[in-house]
Amino acid sequence: MNIVDAIEKEQMKKNVPLFSVGDQVDVSVKIIEGEKERIQVFSGVVIAKNGGGFKETFTVRRIVQGEGVERVFPIHSPKIVEIKVLKSGKIRRAKLYYMRKRTSKGTRLQEKFESPSSKTISAQKTHVQRVQTQGDSK
Amino acid sequence: MLHGFLGKKIGMTQIYTDEGKLLPVTLIQAGPCSVIQIKTLENDGYSAIQIGFDDKKKKSATRPEIGHVSKLSLEPKRFIREIKPELGAELKIGQSITVDIFQDVKMVDVIGVTKGKGYAGVMKRWNFKGGLNTHGSTRHRPPGSIGSNTDPGRVMRGKKMAGRLGGERVTIKNIDVVKIDANRSLLFLKGAVPGHKGSYLILNKARVEKVSK
Repeated sequence: MNIVDAIEKEQMKKNVPLFSVGDQVDVSVKIIEGEKERIQVFSGVVIAKNGGGFKETFTVRRIVQGEGVERVFPIHSPKIVEIKVLKSGKIRRAKLYYMRKRTSKGTRLQEKFESPSSKTISAQKTHVQRVQTQGDSK
Repeated sequence: MLHGFLGKKIGMTQIYTDEGKLLPVTLIQAGPCSVIQIKTLENDGYSAIQIGFDDKKKKSATRPEIGHVSKLSLEPKRFIREIKPELGAELKIGQSITVDIFQDVKMVDVIGVTKGKGYAGVMKRWNFKGGLNTHGSTRHRPPGSIGSNTDPGRVMRGKKMAGRLGGERVTIKNIDVVKIDANRSLLFLKGAVPGHKGSYLILNKARVEKVSK
């Protein structure tokens, strides 16, 4: 294997949950203030995923006091302690940038209820496994 | 440490620091280098240490190249350079030097040959502004005036013009050493280094260590 790929693979997290664009997520971020360390939760809707492998990032959007706030997180950053998927939205786009123009009720997404069979599969498979299987099929 | 070491650029990637910051790094295959010859004042008129890096197939090496290393039972080397001898350091011919010598080094100077850009215009070569691209303009990338008329009647020496760009030897000073991987003899340097992937580099301990921002 190429050395660059090997070094990137070593740094990848092994158990990132499977989530997709449109999902409502809680992202726990480690924040270091001087000596202290605490965890802050940023919850919102995943509106985009960018890049692949070690360099993959995702964008979470939420409304704070009537103002839209977006944060881009690298999936494999050690500062990201946990990603919790609360619910999945029914979407027809890979990037939900149209959410930026929407306000109040327009920002809601129709919830997607997975069939029992597909739910078990996605619950068992972690993000990395899914990436690997995609690579194999190619 | 030694007054020089040899390496090869592998490519760039990113790594996370202990604080969780993402750093751009260049991976360098640094060594192992072999001491091929030790030149002395009595024998050669000057003193130097000749080190070699990266094995070459015997098939593709010339006879002098094979003969030069044959007594040391080494493979012929692709990249051979002389470095200044270090005071007090004892090196033997045939000895192998590994990346471990960078253990206490915080910053390095890197010498390499930049990527050749060919015959480049003034915008790429000297960062000239060029002209408007729109609004009816047809003056997109030319350099403009290159001097006056009858007086002085010539173009000033050193006038910035189009020409060959890149492919020259440069030294980049004070590059941070981020990490050392002794198992794979890798050196992680912060940011970019000159040259394309696979190009050979000379690594020196930084002459003047600047305070990193």
